[in-house]
Amino acid sequence: MADTVTIEAPMPGVFYRRPDPDEPAFVEPGDEVEAGEKVALIGVMKNFHDVTVDTDGVIEEFLVENETEVEAGDGLLVLDPS
Amino acid sequence: MFDKVLIANRGEIAIRIIQACRELDITPVAIYSDTDETAKHVRLAEEAYNVGGSVARKSYLDGDAIIDAAEAADADAIHPGYGFLAENTAFARAVEESECVWVGPPSDIMEQFGEKTEARKLMDAAGVPIVPGTTDPVTDAAEVKAFGEEHGFPLAIKADGGGGGRGMRVVDETDDVESEFDDARREAEAYFDNADVYVERFLDDPKHIEVQILADEHGNVRHLGERDCTTQRRQQKLIEETPSPVLDEQERADLCERAREGVAEAGYVNAGTVEFLYQDGDYYFIEVNARIQVEHTISEVVTGIDIVKWQLRIAAGEPLDFEQSAVDPRGAAIEFRINAEDPSSDFDPHPGTVETYRPPRGIGIRIDDGVDEGDAIAPFYDSMFGKFIVAAQTRSEAIKRSKRALGETTIEGVPTTIPFHQQVLDDEHFQNAAHSTTYVEEELDLS
Repeated sequence: MADTVTIEAPMPGVFYRRPDPDEPAFVEPGDEVEAGEKVALIGVMKNFHDVTVDTDGVIEEFLVENETEVEAGDGLLVLDPS
Repeated sequence: MFDKVLIANRGEIAIRIIQACRELDITPVAIYSDTDETAKHVRLAEEAYNVGGSVARKSYLDGDAIIDAAEAADADAIHPGYGFLAENTAFARAVEESECVWVGPPSDIMEQFGEKTEARKLMDAAGVPIVPGTTDPVTDAAEVKAFGEEHGFPLAIKADGGGGGRGMRVVDETDDVESEFDDARREAEAYFDNADVYVERFLDDPKHIEVQILADEHGNVRHLGERDCTTQRRQQKLIEETPSPVLDEQERADLCERAREGVAEAGYVNAGTVEFLYQDGDYYFIEVNARIQVEHTISEVVTGIDIVKWQLRIAAGEPLDFEQSAVDPRGAAIEFRINAEDPSSDFDPHPGTVETYRPPRGIGIRIDDGVDEGDAIAPFYDSMFGKFIVAAQTRSEAIKRSKRALGETTIEGVPTTIPFHQQVLDDEHFQNAAHSTTYVEEELDLS
């Protein structure tokens, strides 16, 4: 397996995979993404911060469940860069 | 009176309601989400029920789960606190249709005041000054333009289903009125499921002044004086005080009485707040908050009247047992909202553990809080974890006492709004009450 990249939580908060509970997830495992693309949100009280990827690639897996609490530095998802 | 009340909330307001229940010999029942299993409000309640997952939507906003918990607990009533489901008419109605009494205004009253144009009409009819504007939703941009030409720019386009400044657009003469109107409708639809918007004159330098009301089911309506909540940031109140330092005795009496008459005429019941903007010697009704508010504490401190206990007594059908003339506010009180936010970094909220917590003590201090030392502040909910309320004989004494109290406080583990409060207390504009609702974001250097 080539070098995968783990995207980490930039801050403590709540991990959200959807922009809104009724909407589909930003991305699913297997999806191709481009550098700068928003793949999740970290919600802290009433503030929301984008989680983006730095490189083009394919989403391999999510490491935490939607709507769970994360600490800064926790691995959120694994990206296979292309 | 009720034997058992379920409190559909968390944090400091849940604890405030638990305290009121205890003083009335009511058994308080808490609810909690997964992350709140050991929270302070759970520790203090007699019984507690898990109502779901940590995100509010799955627990504190799940009305069905809450009513199920109330029925399992055999509770007589549900108190919603503020936030979460407190202003949700559908939830209030569901509670009314259940075995439990709703501790709050009847759902049809909530509905009337929830629609801002309806509330404006009600108050206008009762002779309460409203911000010049439309009393019906506007249907096209031409109406907006015509309003601007008659009353002047800038004007504000507001969401009928909104409130608290959310979904408001300020429109200048040079702006494209058509696109602002379309955007306002789109936003209103997205946020409030109601695309209706209305137009008001925009007040650029106002003070926020509100009147506390208690009304029973027997036609008795009293006001408990006013609160000045001008110290706010992005429409979020940070410091509240009473009396308002800018009203003279005549204006105060007039404002409070008009507010009282306005809600009395609408048949209002339970606790509520009538909010006004005040500028250049005139005041204008903006909205009614049909619930207990965060800052009810300062009115309690100066009047000695326990508003939360009265909410429960009113819901149980008891009549108010005091006349308006018996309401005699004394001295001054200031409330400081203690939020886990970093004021030097744009008020960024920070969850974390309160490693050290030594709140102030001594004369004139009331502390309402939702944590003890060692408790965690979760990222799922509001950042406010406490309120420090300082009372004194005069405003200037209250300011001095507040500086003393905040200086004594030690909180470690999360940043707090205390440095902001200290800066405001030292600020001449605040000391002279020369600030407006936009002062903090436009003038104060917080870096």
